[in-house]
Amino acid sequence: MFQPSPWRADFPAIAALQRQHQTYLDSAATTQKPQALLDALSHYYGHGAANVHRAQHLPGALATQAFETSRDKVAAWLNAAESRQIVFTHGATSALNLLAYGLEQRFEAGDEIAVSALEHHANLLPWQQLAQRRKLRLVVLPLDAHGRIDLDQALQLIGPRTRLLAVSQLSNVLGTWQPLSALLAHARAQGALTVVDGAQGVVHGRHDVQQLGCDFYVFSSHKLYGPEGVGVLYGRSQALELLRHWQFGGEMVQLAEYQSASFRPAPLGFEAGTPPIAGVIGLGATLDYLASLDARAVEAHEASLHQQLLRGLGDRDGLRILGAPQAALASFVIEGVHNADIAHLLTEQGIAVRAGHHCAMPLLKGLGLEGAIRVSLGLYNDSDDLQRFFDALDQGLELLR
Amino acid sequence: MNLPTQACQALEAFAQSKGWEQRARLLMQWGDRLEPLAEAEKTEANRVHGCESLVWLVAEQVEGAWRFKASSDARLLRGLLALLLVRVQGLASAELAALDLRGWFTQLGLERQLSPSRSNGLHAVLQRMAELATNR
Repeated sequence: MFQPSPWRADFPAIAALQRQHQTYLDSAATTQKPQALLDALSHYYGHGAANVHRAQHLPGALATQAFETSRDKVAAWLNAAESRQIVFTHGATSALNLLAYGLEQRFEAGDEIAVSALEHHANLLPWQQLAQRRKLRLVVLPLDAHGRIDLDQALQLIGPRTRLLAVSQLSNVLGTWQPLSALLAHARAQGALTVVDGAQGVVHGRHDVQQLGCDFYVFSSHKLYGPEGVGVLYGRSQALELLRHWQFGGEMVQLAEYQSASFRPAPLGFEAGTPPIAGVIGLGATLDYLASLDARAVEAHEASLHQQLLRGLGDRDGLRILGAPQAALASFVIEGVHNADIAHLLTEQGIAVRAGHHCAMPLLKGLGLEGAIRVSLGLYNDSDDLQRFFDALDQGLELLR
Repeated sequence: MNLPTQACQALEAFAQSKGWEQRARLLMQWGDRLEPLAEAEKTEANRVHGCESLVWLVAEQVEGAWRFKASSDARLLRGLLALLLVRVQGLASAELAALDLRGWFTQLGLERQLSPSRSNGLHAVLQRMAELATNR
């Protein structure tokens, strides 16, 4: 039975892609954008751009107001207690690097940082490199057969030497929700700081950072139907105070002399230079749009499509799904068929999915794979998109076999 | 410049192919014709990086003429490699350097396979060839 997406028409690019015979199933990489975002960008650039937090003139005041209103909207979206707990960065990657540099002074040789075996490179490499700089031990929490962090082992591995735990909320390869509440509570009890990479998780359902109880939560705008070039770092107030300033320049400074300077606290102290103003305003407009949707209807739509995806994949001979995906996406390999060949033939048929290591090389290697194909869903996808994908997959496999 | 016989055959076959299915079948047929590499030739030095698939390129010069062998663990890529080799086999460095390989794949209707955003590796193989042609 055909399952339409009631929100499909809100995303003009979907129709444009369809005219080019493209079926977009790569939303975990980046998403298409709602008309509300296009309008906001056009309005901002069409009505007078200005730098923020600097000028006394009217355009500057309007831009600053719009920029800061977006900060309020992000705070509300995550249920942060205060807007000043939201730092805008240039992406999730830069937010995680901000943390790895900003917290560096808190580590001593022999301390431990715990990450999971399924981390995206963005939440692995900043910590790995920090560990190398400060002679720390990077502890990798293993996964269970479903592709979730193995809690029993993790609770053993996170101990009094653990100074920081950094984990994904939702795996970008396996589509599994991670057992955050148990992990975070345990890490906190050990005196460790906690960082949640919400790049995928934030896109599916609403998450309350206070309830989550993490010190830091990171996500990137472009995966949440917003513009690129904008990332968000939420920090608990006391946790934000631990951060040393790491990038220096305009507007993050309180007083500057030739030989010394003092710096602002968060958030502005961590937003050196001109921020991505239009992008931040655009993210605000996207959040307004998303907040206007019936959250339950979105959740039900996504869950139903995800079930159809899993069922369809499960019906195909020799196909192996990686882990036990719970939301948003599924990655798979097919026995005796190279990923690159499937990817090639899907591309030929206008199916936009991702093939490769998905920026998680150690995870794929641990699964004994060179790569996998990933199908990921957005709220604009409908059951016809999946049907086109399955038809293309069958055609491709018929050719290859 | 006259095209090598096999290159002419390829051009003819691909010019007549209609639709992605026929193109894919042809690619697989050409890939099957590729002279297999000995295991000893699948060395790290012969590996072309920048590909999601494993790709090897073995190159030697015999009396000034390039002799290439190539392979991959991915089938359609083997086809693309075969189409590349029939065009460059036996060329001298100066000829190889002057050759418009992008144009060659465009003639075959396969130019999209060369996009750097595609991780199929053909792009990286062409870069390696260009380096070989200019370094010797």
